[in-house]
Amino acid sequence: MNHWLPFEWITAVRFLREGRLQTLFIIGGIAIGVGVIVFMSAMLAGLQANFIKRVLTSQPQIQLLTPDQVARPLRGAGGEIEDARVQRPSQRVISIDQWPKIRSQMLTMPEVTAVAPTMSGSALAVRGDASRAITLSGVEPDSYFKIVKVPDYIVAGEPRLTSEDIIIGIELAKDLGATVGDKLNIQAASGANRVLTISGLVDLGNKGVNQRASYVALRTAQSLLGMIGGVTTIDMTVTDIYAAEEIAQRIQAADAVEADSWIKTNAQFFTAVQAQQTSNTLIRLFVAMSVAFGIAAVLIVSVIQRSKDIGILRAMGTSRGQILRVFLLQGGLLGFIGSLFGAVMGACALAYWHSVARQADGSELFPLILERQLFVLTALLATLTGLLAATAPALRAAKLDPVVAIRG
Amino acid sequence: MAEEILRLEKVCKAYNVGQTSETEVLHDIDLRLEHGEFLALMGPSGSGKSTLLNIVGLLDRPTSGRLTIKGQDTGTLGDTELTRLRGHTIGFVFQYHLLISAFTARENVMMPMLADRGFASAEIEQRASKLLAQVGLEKFANNLATNMSGGQQQRVAVARALAMNPDLVLADEPTGNLDTKSADSVFELMRQVNRDSGTSFLLVTHNLDLARRCDRIIEVVDGRIQP
Repeated sequence: MNHWLPFEWITAVRFLREGRLQTLFIIGGIAIGVGVIVFMSAMLAGLQANFIKRVLTSQPQIQLLTPDQVARPLRGAGGEIEDARVQRPSQRVISIDQWPKIRSQMLTMPEVTAVAPTMSGSALAVRGDASRAITLSGVEPDSYFKIVKVPDYIVAGEPRLTSEDIIIGIELAKDLGATVGDKLNIQAASGANRVLTISGLVDLGNKGVNQRASYVALRTAQSLLGMIGGVTTIDMTVTDIYAAEEIAQRIQAADAVEADSWIKTNAQFFTAVQAQQTSNTLIRLFVAMSVAFGIAAVLIVSVIQRSKDIGILRAMGTSRGQILRVFLLQGGLLGFIGSLFGAVMGACALAYWHSVARQADGSELFPLILERQLFVLTALLATLTGLLAATAPALRAAKLDPVVAIRG
Repeated sequence: MAEEILRLEKVCKAYNVGQTSETEVLHDIDLRLEHGEFLALMGPSGSGKSTLLNIVGLLDRPTSGRLTIKGQDTGTLGDTELTRLRGHTIGFVFQYHLLISAFTARENVMMPMLADRGFASAEIEQRASKLLAQVGLEKFANNLATNMSGGQQQRVAVARALAMNPDLVLADEPTGNLDTKSADSVFELMRQVNRDSGTSFLLVTHNLDLARRCDRIIEVVDGRIQP
């Protein structure tokens, strides 16, 4: 007999070992439950991470814009409003006031990781007889590519942006019948135009975006859109992506700019992520509950089966507290051992699913994320569930009248 | 004068007290047991023998009257103190459900000491082995309870009852389920322990031959001790 384990541990382990088949089945049940939790949690975390990566590497996490231009009602000499109907003015493309100062301010914020000024506007891409309306984004490649991973999306050519280069979406290239090295005539609404060379083609994962997207150097865009030295947006990334909205609100309150976070601009996507998290939590809760009821049912049967043993133990001087702990421990041990098998099952199922499930382009559907934290938390949760589930049977065992128990 | 181990004064036991179905099963029991005494308790089925044994063994409480063990009035003790007193003073041998099947013979003998001290030790193991040798079962020390005959199990149960070196062993028809040879052997074992260590025994039995070999016979009929 083990000299290091206390009486309660020895008795609990022996009781579990003796009820072999019963113990094996309930450990199997717990393992399946834990396996489902591990599999679902890790897969959803991977899918979510993938979605977020796709969304957040193709757009800034916070974007600073010029505030909306508003019309002021006309007032008379006495301050009275002369015309009550105020029409919303058309929004002219204007530069952010004192943008270099704002950029410097943003760079000093500890939660901000990258800042890039951009100049965006509409233009026309013309090649031969074909012409298409495009969204022209003028960027500084060094800073902008830290925010939007354009190089990751390059499918042909290279992410080079000199003053003579342009990177365009693959659908736009198809529509214009152009490819890397071809020349494009870019015409702005003001009448300015430049002939640029296609240095790269990008696939941003969305057909509509791929039909309009184009990147040029910041100075090229400034001269085409007639706004030398100006920028229309300042794009940023932050350390905690979920804190983006709160940071955006702080910036908006402090500076004369409008700040939009990815959470606000992708409200539907964000709602979907949250719905996924909620459903995952609910599934985990229900699986944990079914595991708990399984443990409780097995232990209640065990208490009935072992009532005579409990009676003998009580007669030989075992206290109610010791009996209580013997059955609580059985619950905890079942939960813990089941969670170990379940973690292995979940990890194996996840690895298999990861190797089988592929996206249309053959890339992985989700990254395989097996964090130690998930396994530790699951084991803790399962052990705690086992202890809680064992409470009712353990109390029943502890309250058993030894006279009745021995009599059977 | 020998030391008094057990004293019952006007002990009554009733069930369903205060209800129309109230039944009194023990009436004004007076009983004394001295150190080293081997007492046989006889009586027909339903006479209250087992109830009396449960009260003496501190597994049940009397409805009225006074129970004293080694001079200590048990009426004032709480559940924890009663459990402790039971564990240290009284050993039990039952007719059925003799051993805990999840443990070996030696481990069954170790259990009372393990429950009391919390952890197993070489000393506890040695005492259990010694007790098993005393009951002639040292070769079966590592056998599971389920792999032993009824007589062997009952011998292990006697060894377990002696584990805490109790002053009193209560045996509820310990030979009732055994053949004549095994019954005689188990009885002789208890008698030997009684002679060697001075442990008092209170033996419930239906076997008149065995009862006649005890120091004293007490008969319970309809919940009363016969004069």
